[in-house]
Amino acid sequence: MTATDDRRLISALSVLSVPAPPDLAERIVAHWAYVEGPTVDVYVAFSSAGISSVVPAPSVSGDDEFTAAFRRRFGRPLFGADGPPDGVGEALRTGSALDLPFDLSGRTHFEQDVLGTALEIPPGEVRPYSWIAHRINRPRAVRAVGTALGHNPVPVLIPCHRVIRSDGDMGQYGFGREMKRRLLDGEGVDVDRVFSMVRQGANYVGDDLGRVVCMPTCHRLLPVDGEHRRGFRSLAQAAAEGYRPCPSCRPSGR
Amino acid sequence: MYAVATPTAHSPEGPLSASTVPPPAVPASETDAVFMALFEVHRDRVFSTALRLTGRRHDAEDLAAEAFLRAYRSLSGFDHERLETLQPRAWLTAIVVNQWRNQRRTASRRPVTVSSDAVADADPVDALPGVERRVEIHDDGDRLAALLIELPERQRIAVVLRYIGDLPVGEIAEVMGCPTGTVKSLISRGLARLRPAGPGAGIREATDGGGLR
Repeated sequence: MTATDDRRLISALSVLSVPAPPDLAERIVAHWAYVEGPTVDVYVAFSSAGISSVVPAPSVSGDDEFTAAFRRRFGRPLFGADGPPDGVGEALRTGSALDLPFDLSGRTHFEQDVLGTALEIPPGEVRPYSWIAHRINRPRAVRAVGTALGHNPVPVLIPCHRVIRSDGDMGQYGFGREMKRRLLDGEGVDVDRVFSMVRQGANYVGDDLGRVVCMPTCHRLLPVDGEHRRGFRSLAQAAAEGYRPCPSCRPSGR
Repeated sequence: MYAVATPTAHSPEGPLSASTVPPPAVPASETDAVFMALFEVHRDRVFSTALRLTGRRHDAEDLAAEAFLRAYRSLSGFDHERLETLQPRAWLTAIVVNQWRNQRRTASRRPVTVSSDAVADADPVDALPGVERRVEIHDDGDRLAALLIELPERQRIAVVLRYIGDLPVGEIAEVMGCPTGTVKSLISRGLARLRPAGPGAGIREATDGGGLR
């Protein structure tokens, strides 16, 4: 081999340099936007992988605190965007974010299961922590469900505020119980009525005409008059009296 | 190996005394601007290096993205002095190489699911081009790429960093943590193994009927 051959080999090697794919930056950089909502405005951070962070605006002092906290938590550069991803404004207005892309890549499988189940709770309804635990086939992991919800990186959109304690207490919220109450009030949940029912032992409510048993805030019960509602302490009790579980709210839990 | 620094929060009270308090980290918006400038300049080099180390486009995209994220997380903890003395080309390359080696070590500790078939999964490679096929630079590139990923790890790193990453031998020695003489020897042994795929090799091969591999 001659020096000429080596030079040709080296110049052939340089042909192996190729341009980076155009979407490489999108895998690294995140963008943020401020979005107005009916009850609370939020900061939203997102990338091509989906929405990775939501922070209620009243819980931070301003843009700088939000962006600093995002960089600390996610370790990504963050730039202002012209607006949020499609559908975020509508999801805030309707309270349903089922179709939005979320980036939960930093979360465990368990946390993703919990958050995915919380996402299915319709606006205007609440569920106890134990309902989620049952739905993901981890009925004993009620505390872990609470912890996973407490680490929800995309609150409000994934409505962890719709998850309450089964004993008639609001339960914790990462942005304070006041914020939780405000969000539920904004969706038309009569929090006090729900709690007083639960305290009286009505963990489930049956429609005695349709013979269907629901979670107390299920929208299916809305047209049912008070005289036709029946409280049940347990699903076994409801089943014994011939009530079948509502296919919409899928009652479970304690 | 470069440590990934934890970003330091800005103290709102300001420094108590210059001797006990570390210099303030660069403000995040400035770090982001510096990072994006680095990204623009080095993304092709970082991606090409990742591609020729891993041999697979998909793996290279993951490796390049992960390396840039690590770089960003380190940058976030830098003060102005560290930022000004940074040798970005060698620094970024070291992150790519360390990350790749870590992934290989982790993968080799796991039960083997991919073995010699890995090469079959690589980007389409013309290992045995037809005799009548015109030998173009592109074909040489495919053959070279195929041979590159079969080089022993240290030879591959040395050759890729020198000719794809365009790093001087001295900086490669720093990245690899070995003397420059060792780097030179790794490069020359690596090149010797690549020569059968070099320019013109295909023509010679076609005329004397010898198989490439």
